[in-house]
Amino acid sequence: MRISPDDVIFFEYGFAKLNLTIATTWALMLIMVVGSISITRKLSINTKITRWQNTLEIIVISLKKQIEEVGLYKAERYLGFLGTLFLFLFLSNLLTILPFYEPPTSSLSTTAALAICVFFAVPVFNIIEHGIVSYLKSYVKPIFIMLPFHIISEFSRTLALAVRLFGNMMSGVMILGILLTITPFVFPIVMTVFGLLVGSVQAYIFTILASVFIAAAAHESEKGIKHS
Amino acid sequence: MDSISLIGAVSVITAGITMAIGSIGPALGEGRAIVSALSSIAQQPDAAPTITRTLFVGLAMIESMAIYCFVVSMILIFSNPFWNFVITKASGG
Repeated sequence: MRISPDDVIFFEYGFAKLNLTIATTWALMLIMVVGSISITRKLSINTKITRWQNTLEIIVISLKKQIEEVGLYKAERYLGFLGTLFLFLFLSNLLTILPFYEPPTSSLSTTAALAICVFFAVPVFNIIEHGIVSYLKSYVKPIFIMLPFHIISEFSRTLALAVRLFGNMMSGVMILGILLTITPFVFPIVMTVFGLLVGSVQAYIFTILASVFIAAAAHESEKGIKHS
Repeated sequence: MDSISLIGAVSVITAGITMAIGSIGPALGEGRAIVSALSSIAQQPDAAPTITRTLFVGLAMIESMAIYCFVVSMILIFSNPFWNFVITKASGG
């Protein structure tokens, strides 16, 4: 039984392999980019807007509101990174409804890559906002002994992000595969619905946790600074 | 018992026990979280969206403990390095 789409290899050259995970990720990227370009080609600011523009506006505005509620006050700067994260994960988990589709997040490589992106995004965003000195000082707040704990927690929550998403998606795919061999008619549909729900919630959780990590480091480092 | 059957038997038993014991804690924890969320929604119904959102985030964090156990059992059953090592030694040697 296959445990991840990493094992379906289309093309191999030295140590670089083109497997199903990468091919699916490229297909998703193509769908998102082509869709966004075709929807935003003729944006209108009067009261008659097309359905697709309405949908995109709903998505962008609610993402912005969520990021602001977490505590990041200038949400436009983070909306690019966090919004892309949420949309990519949501789309990839939503398309499990298609037959013969395996979500790329059901392989540890995709989720680990995204978690590493978040791991680098936290210092980058904080250094851009508050400067490198106050970011480094946030590691020793509230007391100097906390330095190793902060460092360990950085690594462990990155790992937790990756494994949480991977575990949820892989278990959904695997349970569906097992159920299809046991009770082929009605029960797999119920499990597909459950898998969709879990996938959407996990996409949201990933994004919210990423924004909470960025906000937590930011609040630690701006304890003495009053923000307007 | 030779080492092949020992490794196979212990892996399967451990996978089962991991999943069995590892899902007790998260289930209890999630139950308590939902109890307190329901009682606070009953006390303040207009804070329900915030409470629901926080509930889902908390449930996902708790659920990830059970997911870790699941991942370990899947690794033990499907891509067990000790089993692979012993099998290649038995078929090659």
